[in-house]
Order: sequence, then C-alpha cells, then structure tokens
Amino acid sequence: MASPGRIFGQAASAGFAHGPVHLARRQGRAYVAKSTPERELQALQLAVEAAAGEIASAMSQLSGDAADILEFHLAMLEDGSFSATAAEAIGAGATAYDAWKAALDAEIESYQASGDAYFKARSADLSDIRDTVLSVLTGDTAHAIRPGAIHVDEDIAPSRFLAHDWSKGGGLALRKGSVTSHVAMLARARGVPMIVGIGDSAIEDAAEALLDAQSGELLVSPYPAQIADFNDRRTASQAQQREADALAPHPAITRDGESVQVLVNIADPGDVDRISVDHVDGIGLMRTEFLFGGDRGLPDEEMQLAAYRKVLDWAGGKPVTIRTIDAGGDKPIEGYTIAEDNSFLGVRGIRLSLAKPEIFRVQIRALLRAAPHGSLKVMLPMVSVPGEIDAARAMFAKEAADLASADVIHQMPEIGIMVEVPSVAITPARFAAAAFFSIGSNDLTQYVLAASRDNARLSALGSADDPAVLSLIANVASFGKARAIETSLCGDAASDPEMIGLLLGTGLRRFSVAPARVAVIKAAVRLWSGEGSVK
Amino acid sequence: MTARAISEVIITNEVGLHARPSVKFTKLAKTFPCTVEFATSEEGPWIDAKSIVKVMGAKAPKGTRLLLRAQGEQSTTAIAELIALVERGFDEGGGHGEPR
Repeated sequence: MASPGRIFGQAASAGFAHGPVHLARRQGRAYVAKSTPERELQALQLAVEAAAGEIASAMSQLSGDAADILEFHLAMLEDGSFSATAAEAIGAGATAYDAWKAALDAEIESYQASGDAYFKARSADLSDIRDTVLSVLTGDTAHAIRPGAIHVDEDIAPSRFLAHDWSKGGGLALRKGSVTSHVAMLARARGVPMIVGIGDSAIEDAAEALLDAQSGELLVSPYPAQIADFNDRRTASQAQQREADALAPHPAITRDGESVQVLVNIADPGDVDRISVDHVDGIGLMRTEFLFGGDRGLPDEEMQLAAYRKVLDWAGGKPVTIRTIDAGGDKPIEGYTIAEDNSFLGVRGIRLSLAKPEIFRVQIRALLRAAPHGSLKVMLPMVSVPGEIDAARAMFAKEAADLASADVIHQMPEIGIMVEVPSVAITPARFAAAAFFSIGSNDLTQYVLAASRDNARLSALGSADDPAVLSLIANVASFGKARAIETSLCGDAASDPEMIGLLLGTGLRRFSVAPARVAVIKAAVRLWSGEGSVK
Repeated sequence: MTARAISEVIITNEVGLHARPSVKFTKLAKTFPCTVEFATSEEGPWIDAKSIVKVMGAKAPKGTRLLLRAQGEQSTTAIAELIALVERGFDEGGGHGEPR
C-alpha cells in the first residue's frame, strides 16, 4: 500500500471530489506494428469502429450544437473514404497508425489551405477525428474519462470537458492549466472541482484520491483518518452552500439597505438550462468564443441568432449582455486568430473583430436580429481607444441599414464596453460614448501589474486586490456614478466572497459572477456594511 | 439503360456546403437507391453525393453553382429532393435561399 501523497496546486473551481485517479497517458505510447498488412487493416477497422462508438455514446448525452458537431464527426468517420485511402497505404506497407495519420493529415492540410474561413476552421474537426482513432490504435486512454474519476492531465480541451458527464462527480487536477483558462471558467460555471498547476509529481493511476479544490490540494492514497477529515470539511462546506442556496432567490441587500445587482457570466447558451432565472438579475456576460472556438468552427448567422435568442428567451426581459467575440490572447481560434509572440498585447478582442470585418459582420447581424427578443446589450472587449467604439458603432449602423432594406426584423441594442485596458480605466471620460462599462478585472490586473495571467510562476503578482487595480476600479465606478453610466464588474474577483467587500468599497453595486457562486456572493453582500462588514 | 436525371442549383445559405448542411445533404442522398453525384462545373470532377468526406472536401461556399446527376431507380425524385434541400438553405432557418 502506497503512503499518502499530498500534492498542492492552485484552486481553479471550488468543490470536493473523492474517487479513483484517472491518469491521462497522452504521450509515450507507441503504436506496435502488426505482423501482416491484413492485421494492420483489421486493427484500423476495429479502431475506427471503436472511435465511432465513443462518439455515438458522447452524442447521446448532448443536444443542440454540440450534438450536431459530434454527428458530423461520426458521419465523417463512418464515411469510409479515409479508411479507403489508409487501406491503400497499408497495402503498400504502411502501419495502420501511419496510414490513418497520413490520410487525415493530407485532408487537414487541404482544409487549412482553403481561402474560406468557415472551411479553414473545420481542420480542427479533422484533427479531433484523427486523434480519436490514433489514440484507440495506441491503446491510449486519454479519450475516455471514467465517470466519477479525478482526471489528472497536462491540460484539457474545452470540447473534452464538455463531452464528459460530470453529473456522476469527479474532478480535475491539471499539471499545467490556468485558473483563468476557458476550462476553468466552464468548471466554475458547472461546479466541477478543479485545481491547476500541480506539476510533475508521480501519481499512480487508479489510486484512491481526495480532491479538495477549496484549498487546492490532491491527496493520493489517503489514510482513513484523512478521509474522515475530508468528509467533515466537505459536509461543512455543503452546509454553508445550502444555507446560502436557501436565500439565493432573495435580492442581495447590504446591511445598510443598499440593493446590489447580482448577474451571471455564461460561456455557452446551454449554461442557462442549469440556472434559475429567479435567482439572478440577468446575464452580465455571455461569452461568444465557444460558439466560434474549438471543434465547432466558425458559426453562421442563423446558428448565432439561435444561440442568442435561447438566452434572451430564458431571461424573460431581464438584461442580457452579450460580448462580441473576444478571441486572441489565451483564446486562439483556428482559422480566425493570428499567431503572435506576445498575444496578450496583440490583435485580440475588438482589434481582431475590426481587422476581420467579414466575420464580425455575421455576428453583428445575428445580434441585431436577436435584439427585439429581449433586453439585449452588446459589449465590446479590449477597447483601448475611443475610436474603436465609433468603428464598431458604424458597422452596427451599416448592418442595421442593410437589414432594414431587406425588411428583416431587427433592433439596435445598447453598445457598451469592457474596461480591461488601463487606458480606459485611467481616463474613462474619453469613453463616455459607451452605454455601459463592465470591468474585466482579470485582464485589467494583468495589464496593470504587467504579469501575464497564464504564467503560473507569476500567480502571486496577479491579484485584483492590488491597491493600483482597486484604485482604477474606484475611478471607473465613481465616473460611472457621476455620469449615470451603468458600471459593473464581471471578472473572477466578483465571484470571490473575500473580494466582494473590497469591490463594494470601490462603489460598485453591480456584479456578474459564475453561476455556481450566485448564492455565496449574495450571502457575502448581505454581511457587508459601509461601516465595516461582519465576519 | 436505367433512368437518368440531371439538374443544377445555386447554394444560397451563408456558409455554403459546410458541416451541418453536408450532413443533411449526404443523409438525404443515401436514402435513394440510385447513384447521386455532383460537380461544380460541367467538366467535373463528379463527386459522390453520399460521401460526407467528399462533399465537405468540395469546399463549396455560398454562391457555388452545383450540378447534380443521378442514375438508377428514383433518380428523378433524388435530384428533385436534393435541389429542394439546397434551395431551402438546408433548413438552417431564417429564410436563406428563399427567392424574393
């Protein structure tokens, strides 16, 4: 019996999990060549069938866009064309592994060479299809996470996170990863416990483990006493959560009687299915990168319209703030973003949208058409000079005129901005053309402290409670109040009950938080008073 | 000789013969016993309309003129139904492809 191993990481999504370790073996597994071409061919056929089965079973748990994409993967796999090309190569002496890889690589290359962004983006699907079959061929288990397991991996792609059924428990312990990555956001939204940056410690596959993503530790092969202690902590935390949950439907009012708006951040239209609309004051941030990102490719106008309408219908008249695509930085999108050395300071957010008007205008049209269906606000990310608001407004006006001349129902939404670049936070008056301000504390912090937020070695530097960051937040909040420009904060700081007091102290009264944190944040607001909060 | 049908249509939906449209297109083609092929010019190459890999591989964007031909049983119905699907904008909603 192994002695317990205590491994520390950074808490990325709070929660507890007790289960077997599932170790991803991505590298180091070589394909073992078979003795004859016939056996190679057979191995390939079996692998394609197994991969198809895997996709079919993942598909049965999904609906909407995610299911459509998997249906497409399945159809591509079952088509037989790739197998036929690979079979020819096997006949000429190649292994099943090399033959399949070569067949798909050639196809991927032809997609990447396409001038059409929509087709170019599909190369990500083909990579996924290629890797699924290759991992079956090498016996690599990285693709199948057992339900309830604590998955240990270098990092994990959002699409894989979404494809897994987390309702049976389990969690994530990533060797690298980042608390601000998209997967971390998804994990927080769904309440899946996750820690990151656990490093290269040796961890035994299938060992019993306790994941405490509150304090950020993974305990492998624990003693019974440690399990009992873990269960106590989990029970206490759950009781606290239950207490907060009971009050979740009620408004958040400070001890001074001031009302505070608590909205939610979502990343995927499907997220609203898990949120009770009565508990929140609206959607403060709907990210749209996931509509674009990963294996979904670039979405067309109808697909976007359907996604926006779903959320507006759910909100039933409460405000819904949709952020235009915020790609670049740590959120690359195949076929869209530009590879850069210093991507956080590069062509990202609104800069990229304005540089690629042919893609931006599709999103603008979908937003204009969605607007009549609720209280829509559109938010521009990464604005750093006032001219960017004007340029975006002009594009909205042009598309609105086009829709009007084609008799398509539409409406001009309010257009506001994210405040995440210091230039805006220092001189907000220059940006008063914005209908609202939403402070993105994660990016604002990294830019103010010059500490890249995806660099684990700098994690001690990048905190929103830094006095310089708080002073900028207060500057924006007081300007917004004086000029009656609605000002809110949608960064991770708003989801942290320890930070809420400081943020209320800056004058902010509107926050957008991770769905799983609504109850806790409301509870923290109720304890706060301008005279000093009670602990 | 078995029955033969040929016709043409312009792709009008925004993204062309993309993932979802291709799935719908090949699924429908496979419901017919006849061979169904398409090309983007009279000189070919003629592409198997029942293979999603080949249909996607054609990378046909919006505005592409699609030539369709079928040979064998139900070839006329096959062509008519496939053309109707393209004209309906692959049922992606919003009235794309509606003649005005």
